[in-house]
Amino acid sequence: MRILERFGEQTIAFLEYLGGIITLIGESIRSLVHAQIRYAETFVQCYELGIGSLLIVLLTSLFTGMVISLESAQQAVQYGIGSLVGGAVTYTSVRELGPMLTAVVVAGRVGSAIAAEIGSMVVTEQIDALRSMGLSPVRFLVVPRLLALAIMLPLLTIFADIISIVGGMWIAQAYAHINPASFISSARQAVGFDDVVKGLLKSFIFACIIAFVGCYQGLSTRGGAAGVGRATTSAVVISIILIFGTNFIMSYFLFGGH
Amino acid sequence: MEPTIYASLEDVTLSFGENVILKKCNLKIVRGAITCIVGLSGAGKSTILRLLDGLIEPSSGHVYVDGHDLCHTPERKLVELRQKTSLAFQFAALLDSLTIGENVGLPLREHTALSDEKIRHIVDDALESVGLRHIYDSLPNELSGGMLKRAGFARAIVTRPELVLYDEPTTGLDPIVTNLITDTIIRLRQKLDGTAVVISHDLHSIFRMADYVAMLFEGAIIAYGPREEIRTSSNPFVQQFLTGNEVGPIPV
Ligand SMILES: Nc1ncnc2c1ncn2[C@@H]1O[C@H](COP(=O)(O)OP(=O)(O)OP(=O)(O)O)[C@@H](O)[C@H]1O
Ligand SMILES: [Mg+2]
Repeated sequence: MRILERFGEQTIAFLEYLGGIITLIGESIRSLVHAQIRYAETFVQCYELGIGSLLIVLLTSLFTGMVISLESAQQAVQYGIGSLVGGAVTYTSVRELGPMLTAVVVAGRVGSAIAAEIGSMVVTEQIDALRSMGLSPVRFLVVPRLLALAIMLPLLTIFADIISIVGGMWIAQAYAHINPASFISSARQAVGFDDVVKGLLKSFIFACIIAFVGCYQGLSTRGGAAGVGRATTSAVVISIILIFGTNFIMSYFLFGGH
Repeated sequence: MEPTIYASLEDVTLSFGENVILKKCNLKIVRGAITCIVGLSGAGKSTILRLLDGLIEPSSGHVYVDGHDLCHTPERKLVELRQKTSLAFQFAALLDSLTIGENVGLPLREHTALSDEKIRHIVDDALESVGLRHIYDSLPNELSGGMLKRAGFARAIVTRPELVLYDEPTTGLDPIVTNLITDTIIRLRQKLDGTAVVISHDLHSIFRMADYVAMLFEGAIIAYGPREEIRTSSNPFVQQFLTGNEVGPIPV
């Protein structure tokens, strides 16, 4: 009986969560459709989020590109197919690791900050104050953050793709003596423009996940400073899980068919 | 002439989980008057203001403001209705990412087409009326609690709303500023011909400004009437509250 009861409670909690997120998405779309956008705030968010995340995104992508190159070059040279390393590195970066890593890094850095900021605004009644003034917290806070993420995450992903390819190219040359020209020509054969676009589409979806989960966790904060801490942690955990899950589903549909 | 009712709570019950805060609470707010609500700390006074502002919904019962039922109203409609009401929060609740001037001017900037210059002028006036000067460009975390509270007060009155809800506007302020705030509430009420609800523990300022006084105890309004009626009430609860006696029907 206890187990059944718990199962019921958890199902209800899950449905409530889902309902809450869907309502938030609906309201944000309404705001966007009615062009109720605070441009200045959006710009500030773009700047903070983009510039603030750039270095850490570049570093993680650089090392990732390098390590893929290291692993694959070693194998490839052994089997005499060193000319395929460029393709392997570019392929995994553009389709999978670029969008994923960037999203995970940004979820940790920006998703948590969004949840913490909005959460502390809930605790100090600032959200109620907005509502009391007849201002919608969705228009005021959620939409600028959503837009900023949706613009900046794909941009960051492009940087991540490039730097991880460059890092891979460097290691391939230094370590397996694969010259850059052959690396690039192999890359161009393996990866088309549509792969890049699909990778960016992924990162757009990840941006929405980070923004909505971060804002929702923030807005549903209860119970003081400890509540803000919980909201922040769950924002990161939930968005990272969703990013991994969505990545699999999107890869399946975008790349699985052929 | 029979006074007209601007807002009311009707049989409002409200609980947070197991904790019942209001039990079948009834309260009428007379149009064009200042109604003061008194009661023990934690009695649910702030909760009543939040209900009147449509920030929370009662578990059962109804809340009416200017003829609109705030219950079961979608947030989108409430956002509209709230523009006629404003709430001066107990702890100011200023947005900490904006300066004091931006905070106070925010409702004007968002809801009117006034020029920046005009808004600046109105905001300066509003700040002046609560005794604040030279803090237009300060951030909330640079000010004392009492200054924040007054800035929150200024933000609530800057749009000249029909109904202003003041949550302990004078608590924690020095006697001179307390008088200034009390005067401002009275003056604004007259100038705007609006309605005000004030929560206060300060008996002196209550009896200066109130037209009506309501006393909240154990989730219901146990005494309500014109100021003089309450002042001379023989209700033992009211007497104990007004005299601050530790002995009486209100358990300490
Ligand atoms: N969001 C909430 N969740 C749970 N309980 C709450 C919540 N808000 C208020 N309460 C409870 O409701 C009761 C009334 O709170 P309220 O803030 O209305 O009191 P108050 O009369 O304004 O007190 P004070 O004079 O100290 O400001 C308190 O016991 C408080 O614990
Ligand atoms: Mg209170």
